[in-house]
Amino acid sequence: MRRTLSILVSLLLVVSGFAFAGGSQEAGESAAQEAAESGPMVIGLSVSTLNNPFFVTLRDGAQETADGLGVELVVVDSQDDPAREASNIQDLIQQGVDALLINPTDSDAVVPSVQRANQAGIPVFTVDRGANGGEVVAHIASDNVAGGEMAANYLIDAIGGSGKVVELQGIPGTSAARDRGEGFNNVVNDTSGVEIVAAQTANFNRTEGLNVFQNILQAEPEIDGVFAHNDEMILGALQAAEAAGRADQIVFVGFDAVDDAVAAVEDGRLAATVAQQPSEIGSLGVSTAVTYLEGQDVDSYIPVPLSLVTQ
Amino acid sequence: MTTTFDLGALFRRFGLLIAIAVLVFGLALLSPQFLAVQNVLNLLLQATVNAIIAAGMTLVILTAGIDLSVGSVLALTAVITADVLQAGVPVVLAVVIGLGAGAVTGLVNGLLITLGRIPPFIATLGMMTLARGLALSYAQGRPITGLPDRFLLVGTSSMLGIPTPIWITAVVYGAGMFVLRRTVLGRYIYAIGNSSRAARFTGIPVRSATVAVYVISGALAALAGMILTARLNSAQPIMGLQYELNAIAAVVVGGAALSGGEGGLGGTFLGALLMAIIANAINILNISPFVAQVLQGSVILAALLLHGLSRRNQ
Repeated sequence: MRRTLSILVSLLLVVSGFAFAGGSQEAGESAAQEAAESGPMVIGLSVSTLNNPFFVTLRDGAQETADGLGVELVVVDSQDDPAREASNIQDLIQQGVDALLINPTDSDAVVPSVQRANQAGIPVFTVDRGANGGEVVAHIASDNVAGGEMAANYLIDAIGGSGKVVELQGIPGTSAARDRGEGFNNVVNDTSGVEIVAAQTANFNRTEGLNVFQNILQAEPEIDGVFAHNDEMILGALQAAEAAGRADQIVFVGFDAVDDAVAAVEDGRLAATVAQQPSEIGSLGVSTAVTYLEGQDVDSYIPVPLSLVTQ
Repeated sequence: MTTTFDLGALFRRFGLLIAIAVLVFGLALLSPQFLAVQNVLNLLLQATVNAIIAAGMTLVILTAGIDLSVGSVLALTAVITADVLQAGVPVVLAVVIGLGAGAVTGLVNGLLITLGRIPPFIATLGMMTLARGLALSYAQGRPITGLPDRFLLVGTSSMLGIPTPIWITAVVYGAGMFVLRRTVLGRYIYAIGNSSRAARFTGIPVRSATVAVYVISGALAALAGMILTARLNSAQPIMGLQYELNAIAAVVVGGAALSGGEGGLGGTFLGALLMAIIANAINILNISPFVAQVLQGSVILAALLLHGLSRRNQ
């Protein structure tokens, strides 16, 4: 009885396996044919994981723009696994897509896949996360410098145009810390009357945000505003200021729009947090690829604007 | 030699204390804020988490062991405590659950080391990864924010003008010193560290004493995690990263030998205090984050050199 069952099960597996293989092959052939017949353009999008709402929104934005432009979009999900990503991209190359949009699981691990696409003559675009090798036509990602500038402008307005501000920096040397800090400092240094009284790192970490800001509160009797390179640090700083009874004198601005920070904005404790626009990233990815395929030049870096979450 | 003033001996005994006094004096000259009462309280408050973890680590290191799992255990017990609190479990019971979870991880560490014969470094390295993974899966990678006010008092209230975490730390160190100096377990711990074999031959229950030490270390990591959670009103599965290294640094700066049998809680407290002083001074003086790490590393190395040299003079 048990033996019959196991034979049945294995038979089922084999049959369904064939069905799968056949299905994907068919899809592959049809896509390749379409590309060859110069019908609608086919763009492959490899997403690092669709388990994260950020990337689901990115895909939706890409899909919407593709539909609008009459382009076929083939989406594959790497499930955060570089090996799966490599075979997914190989499949897309096999299908003969006209362009590849890759949101890599890892900037290094994706390099061989990019090179394989280069060899096949398929233009590659990276979205959100870059690739550390191979030929990439353009990189489409959030403009962290602009985000830092946006935060600075908001903060300066909120403190009435002049005053003393604090910058809580991310892990020294990381690109996010560098770019967000650059944008913030660009604006603040150009604004007379606004002074950065302390610029200290709290390593993108909530606990360190708490302790570091507690120390800065001690050193600086007057603080009007604080900008942190991410929300974790600003939430720690907020906790420190509330414990010291100075939260109502200070304007807090964070970055990333994580759930806790958005809740704090709704409660009126946090003034604002800078949010990335994943939908916009996906959309610009597709339109950039189409522009390029139509024979026009595109910039090698396409910065995607950010938005400000306020009450 | 017997009657002359022996500077070497004085330095050996109080070297770290003298170094801290000199540092504090210098910092007070650089910034008047540094010795303000509020800043001293801030500094002690910021030292508490590392100090409490380092107290457990001291006992472990005295037995010639090491506990790399404390940072992850802190995160795991913090998310468990926060989660049961949000589920409406009374504060006292939630605290007991959290401390119990820490003790259980310590028990597993101890059993892996004694019965499983896995070297402490490897056993606790495994637990470090395991507990971090459990914390991340338990919390689904997200922070657990918004805890009952009564629990927050653990981190935010004060007694006689001194923040509660400082009192908790004082109790931990008082109890720890009592255990080390006045109890059988204390004598066992030093004996095991000096020579585990000799200890076994003299009839000391090496296994149960070793397990006890790791259980204490796990429970103290959980306690430190609760203080952090209460101060932040949030528990995060990524909290406590590299805390094991800070705790080991505090213990070693405090004069304990990684080979076991030598050191004590007084030194460890000074080690944790020194590290908090440096971090605090960097913020107060607004020193560039790039330079800050150079300073932190240098001060730790200088403190270790101090011990090395005074030992050689012995």
